[in-house]
Amino acid sequence: MSHSITLTVNGKPREVEIDDTRVTLLDLLRERLHLTGTKKGCDRGQCGACTVHLDGRRINSCLTLALSCDGADVLTIEGVAHGDALHPVQAAFIAHDGFQCGFCTPGQIMSAIGLIQEGQTGDDPERVREAMSGNLCRCGAYAGILEAVLDAQDRLREANQRRSA
Amino acid sequence: MNNFEYVRPRSVTEAIAAASAPGASYLAAGTNLIDLMKGGITHPDRLVDVTHLPGLDRIEHRSDGSLRVGALVRNADLAHDPDFARAYPSVAEALLSGASAQLRNAATVGGNLLQRTRCAYFYDVAGACNKRQPGSGCDARDGENRLHAILGWSEACIATHSSDFCVPLVTLDAVVEIEGRRGRRDIALEDLHRLPGDTPEHDNVLEPGDLIVALRLPPAARSFAAHARYLKVRERTSYAFAIVSAAAALRIEQGRIADARLALGGVAAKPWRARAAEQVLIGATPAVGIYLQAATAALTDAKPSGDNAFKIELARRTIARALTLAAAGTPARVPALPASPFSVLPGVLQHA
Ligand SMILES: Cc1cc2nc3c(=O)[nH]c(=O)nc-3n(C[C@H](O)[C@H](O)[C@H](O)COP(=O)(O)OP(=O)(O)OC[C@H]3O[C@@H](n4cnc5c(N)ncnc54)[C@H](O)[C@@H]3O)c2cc1C
Ligand code: SF4
Ligand code: FES
Ligand code: FES
Repeated sequence: MSHSITLTVNGKPREVEIDDTRVTLLDLLRERLHLTGTKKGCDRGQCGACTVHLDGRRINSCLTLALSCDGADVLTIEGVAHGDALHPVQAAFIAHDGFQCGFCTPGQIMSAIGLIQEGQTGDDPERVREAMSGNLCRCGAYAGILEAVLDAQDRLREANQRRSA
Repeated sequence: MNNFEYVRPRSVTEAIAAASAPGASYLAAGTNLIDLMKGGITHPDRLVDVTHLPGLDRIEHRSDGSLRVGALVRNADLAHDPDFARAYPSVAEALLSGASAQLRNAATVGGNLLQRTRCAYFYDVAGACNKRQPGSGCDARDGENRLHAILGWSEACIATHSSDFCVPLVTLDAVVEIEGRRGRRDIALEDLHRLPGDTPEHDNVLEPGDLIVALRLPPAARSFAAHARYLKVRERTSYAFAIVSAAAALRIEQGRIADARLALGGVAAKPWRARAAEQVLIGATPAVGIYLQAATAALTDAKPSGDNAFKIELARRTIARALTLAAAGTPARVPALPASPFSVLPGVLQHA
């Protein structure tokens, strides 16, 4: 039996026919909606490459059943920049060499944006490392990733202060 | 993954009816179930998605001092609820020591309680496993078993339960509210999970259709807030399951231990409440000697199930250290590395 679900992906409402109940949110994004920025690493919740935001929270899309996302709001790496202007976290990853091959990077960036929104770590590098531990990087770019997250968090904070001043 | 029918009930009654059929399974966030289905370890023919059920996502602090948490509350939301973390700090610390930020954002209270073992042979469909396939044998007995059980295991199965959340919860006398085909009933969390015996395929006492709707903590649970810690020893300090963990909660009055609670994780097929150890502690003056005596009492029946005798000594030291940390007092904020032996708090003695 085919099910029809509606969800918002990067601000756009989408209606999708799901003919196979087994489809995960990750496969829906990559194979049906052709948003291949989100990566499939382990496909089992162990690496974080598939991290997207579901209703504003970072989650692993590989362990999320697509059918369960009916009515949800999904944000992927394709949706974070404003036109040609990179998201501050994207810019910080470039500035701090937060990657090498780049395979883990979309997941790292979505995770970092989520981490900053959660607001639990402050500037404590140990708390940031702990809160990023769900994202593995085979190239070992962890030092640059940490710098990028801390720097982007600073910039976002300053931008917010300027806006509210 | 096998094919399955997907059902999204609109009410608890509909959910129970749909999940009572043979081969049906509840689906919460799916972080354990979808993983097991991808590996072919479980193959339900119907998934009953409970994540859209109304009313099961509330954290209620009641006027009598008790707490009720809906089964769909996400692990991260519970751990970061300020009132919850203040009243039940060891539970918040345990939650934050589990899995990753992404998984905690998704994982539900009900799903965490019912997560299945991480025994590698349970996951390996090519091998023998009595839990996965009753009567097929247990490849862990002659395999890699250094992380397996030291308490409550049987010849049929030596697997452990891997939830961190459950360990401090059993110290606080948590109760699970179930809705089932015959109505509502309560089960003490301590009685929810089963020891393997001859039927390791049954992880718990739930019957087909039984839905966990909430978790409750009695009023006394918050009386331990000033001295409650969770300590989790693992092979890397984040994003790893426990080798051994301990939850310790003390009520200290006039320099003496007025009440004590202790439980171990990663040692048995269920969160292991150590009541004999609690009796050793009650009435004593907090000191390392008595913690070690309590640890000895907790481990009287411990025996290796394979290449894991080291876990008995590890458990002994983990208990003594968790009690040392609990007696020193709950920190104002969960440490940067939650429940880690490497998280050092200024001024607090770490080692027993
Ligand atoms: C890489 C990885 C690392 C992890 N590390 C840790 C760790 O360090 N510590 C730790 O404790 N856990 C860890 N976990 C496990 C994680 O905590 C569980 O996967 C999660 O809590 C399950 O919750 P869920 O909502 O996703 O449940 P699901 O996967 O949806 O369900 C799990 C089981 O519970 C049943 N179920 C769910 N809700 C109900 C209900 N309300 N009533 C009746 N039955 C129900 C389902 O039928 C299923 O059998 C890890 C998981 C992964 C993938
Ligand atoms: S220990 Fe239990 S879960 Fe592991 S292989 Fe043996 S029977 Fe299966
Ligand atoms: S692909 Fe989802 S966690 Fe690895
Ligand atoms: S940059 Fe290559 S895996 Fe992280």
